[in-house]
Amino acid sequence: MTPRRKRLLAVSAILLGVAAATAVALKAFDNNLLYFYDPSQIAAGQAPVGKTFRVGGLVTKGSLQRTPGSLEVRFVVTDYAHNVTVSYTGLLPDLFREGQGVIAHGQLRDGVFIADEVLAKHDEKYMPPEVAKSLKHAPPPEGRT
Amino acid sequence: MIPELGTFALILAMLLAAAQAFFGLAGAHRNRLSWMQVVTPAVTGVWVFVALAFGLLTWSFINHDFSVNYVATNSNSALPLMYRIAAVWGAHEGSLLLWIMILATWTLLVAALSGSLPVAFRARVLGVLGLIGVGFTSFTLLTSSPFTRLMPAAMDGADLNPLLQDPALAIHPPMLYIGYVGTSVAFAFAVAAMLSGRLDAPWARWTRPWTVAAWMCLTCGIALGSWWAYYVLGWGGWWFWDPVENASFMPWLTTTALIHSLAVTEKRGMFKSWTLLLAIFAFSLSLLGTFLVRSGVLVSVHAFASDPSRGLFILALLLFFIVGSLTLYAIRAPTLKSEGGFELVSRESFLLLNNALLIAAAGLILVGELWPLLMDTFDLGKISVGPPYFNMVFLVPALPLVALLGVGMHAGWKRAMLQSRRRQLLTLAGAALALALLVALGGYGSIGMPLTVVGLTAGFFVMASALIEPVEAWRRGQKLPRAAIGMAIAHFGVGVFVIGVTGVVSYKVEKDVSLAPGESTSIAGYNFKYLGTQPVVGPNYEAVEARVVISRGGSVVSDLATQKRVYRVQRNPMTHAGIAVAWNRDLFVALGDDLGGGKWSMRLQYKPLVRYIWLGAVVMALGGLVAILDKRYRVRRTAEVPALAPGAAGKRA
Repeated sequence: MTPRRKRLLAVSAILLGVAAATAVALKAFDNNLLYFYDPSQIAAGQAPVGKTFRVGGLVTKGSLQRTPGSLEVRFVVTDYAHNVTVSYTGLLPDLFREGQGVIAHGQLRDGVFIADEVLAKHDEKYMPPEVAKSLKHAPPPEGRT
Repeated sequence: MIPELGTFALILAMLLAAAQAFFGLAGAHRNRLSWMQVVTPAVTGVWVFVALAFGLLTWSFINHDFSVNYVATNSNSALPLMYRIAAVWGAHEGSLLLWIMILATWTLLVAALSGSLPVAFRARVLGVLGLIGVGFTSFTLLTSSPFTRLMPAAMDGADLNPLLQDPALAIHPPMLYIGYVGTSVAFAFAVAAMLSGRLDAPWARWTRPWTVAAWMCLTCGIALGSWWAYYVLGWGGWWFWDPVENASFMPWLTTTALIHSLAVTEKRGMFKSWTLLLAIFAFSLSLLGTFLVRSGVLVSVHAFASDPSRGLFILALLLFFIVGSLTLYAIRAPTLKSEGGFELVSRESFLLLNNALLIAAAGLILVGELWPLLMDTFDLGKISVGPPYFNMVFLVPALPLVALLGVGMHAGWKRAMLQSRRRQLLTLAGAALALALLVALGGYGSIGMPLTVVGLTAGFFVMASALIEPVEAWRRGQKLPRAAIGMAIAHFGVGVFVIGVTGVVSYKVEKDVSLAPGESTSIAGYNFKYLGTQPVVGPNYEAVEARVVISRGGSVVSDLATQKRVYRVQRNPMTHAGIAVAWNRDLFVALGDDLGGGKWSMRLQYKPLVRYIWLGAVVMALGGLVAILDKRYRVRRTAEVPALAPGAAGKRA
């Protein structure tokens, strides 16, 4: 073999490897794209059942309930047009607060969103862009929510 | 008066950087020595004025000048001094000033330590760095000045984000930025090489220490960020594939590839155009990271409030540098010739594979990073790419990378005689497998996940393999060059890191519980007893502190305190975790919410070998440091001085 052919061989072996890795990656990609739905889309039945996705909106004031004797919490997420109830078992993030933006990650079951992860952003002035865009109306004046 | 002086200093720095860029690049192009001689004073001037601006902003923070908008939004009269200084880079405007400060410092160092380089080449390197300086200084001045006044002045400041009030986070951004910005030095060397058409072994030898220095800081910066996230942010997670983490990880992968490719360029005169391309990629990815973080296009824990004009400005800068350098590359790369061939089994082949795998990982991460942006831009739905994707696309190239590393270290240049090492390597691999099984079954009582034994074996194998040469040299009473010792240390660090990751991923235990005072629960053989809570008052926060006593087999292991803090100004609650550290595991307690009736929710975690993740990173960086101190970067350089006197160098270029 001439050095040139050897190098060609090496390069094609690498290309093959990279192609294989890409194929694996594409497969991984397919299973791991998480779509975002807002409460109105869920109310319209657009969100998939039995598949993991993300939901976001504002936590309705006064909606947080704890199930006594367990770590389960339930709260309502709203986009000011529709609501969805979220159930989560575990510790809520520090910045989780009623009236503020939140994103939950999980599946829809019998109309309740069973979350396996709840994210609240660090900065209270900062709202996740998806949540900001999903809000259907301006927030109603304080005290009427 | 002080902030106005700061703005003025920054404007002067920008003008001087423009002079540095013009006289450096045009002077070298026209071969005018008098023009090129202006560059060094300009570099010094830029540094002095940037440092002045930086000092003035720090002064405003220390002295609570709440008439400065940036100070008013990021500081408070109750904020301790240390965090008032760290607050300088606590948000967008100040962190850009830090960026410029670090760029000016790198440039000053290059100017100071490159006296032996050909004059025209040196002028070009400094000229390119000047151009980058102009870009970022004008960006700061036009869109994000930290010196903007607040009228009327605030009575008190809005305080620094409590999450940032932490020692690790005080040094994480500077460290990371030193690494990020350091890639601009490799970039400047690459552009200068393309402009002058000079790309030979000395070029690679000049570029290597700078690249390794940047890589070291990047490694430490990322490790610090991970450590901070572990105990402050993530409730015990150490890597989240957050878009901003990725933004720092992609330049790291590329710079790692660049270091290895530079070795081939220096020793064998090959991979030249590839090395140039990597230098361009590393810097472009650093800029892209800055763009993604600063423009607010990404949803991230690090995202600052978005401002479209900032995003556009950085995008323009990004396009200018990437398109410019790639165009230059397209023109110049075909003229570069490799100086020799190599056999299929040789160090060159291994390094080629190393590069292919590192770049594949970086590329796949980039795809996952940008995909949501693309989908959103074309209105195809709002998606996010989950951590499983990143885990997969990183693991697939990383496993062969680590496995090949253990063998490739011993391959010789041009044509490797691995037969002579085969027995030794096979023995070590067998021993590593035995040790892995012993640790998995003996230490943790289970084989773990499918890749647990593979990971542990790979980690032990790389550690052992890295030690072969130092041990042999020590036995023979020889002294290895520092570069070889540095390489061995860094690769040993990779092994340590792999062990840490495998251990914690395979054997961690997490449990969320609710406990009343006096109640206890156990995980992984440790008993956690909750004693009760008490109020605590800090300098600028109030907290509830819970005491948890951890025991194992009746004897007390640790007495931990974990707090739920509420900072007085921003009113954000923040969990301060309690961590018991030992050589083989962390025990982690984070306080959750008050459930009423004295009960609190808590997250308890058992994190085996987690410290080895950061230790491994530190060892890698240490290896880089040792390699930089290699004699040949100094000795040969001084030896070259007579041949490359100013006059001769001018003609050469």
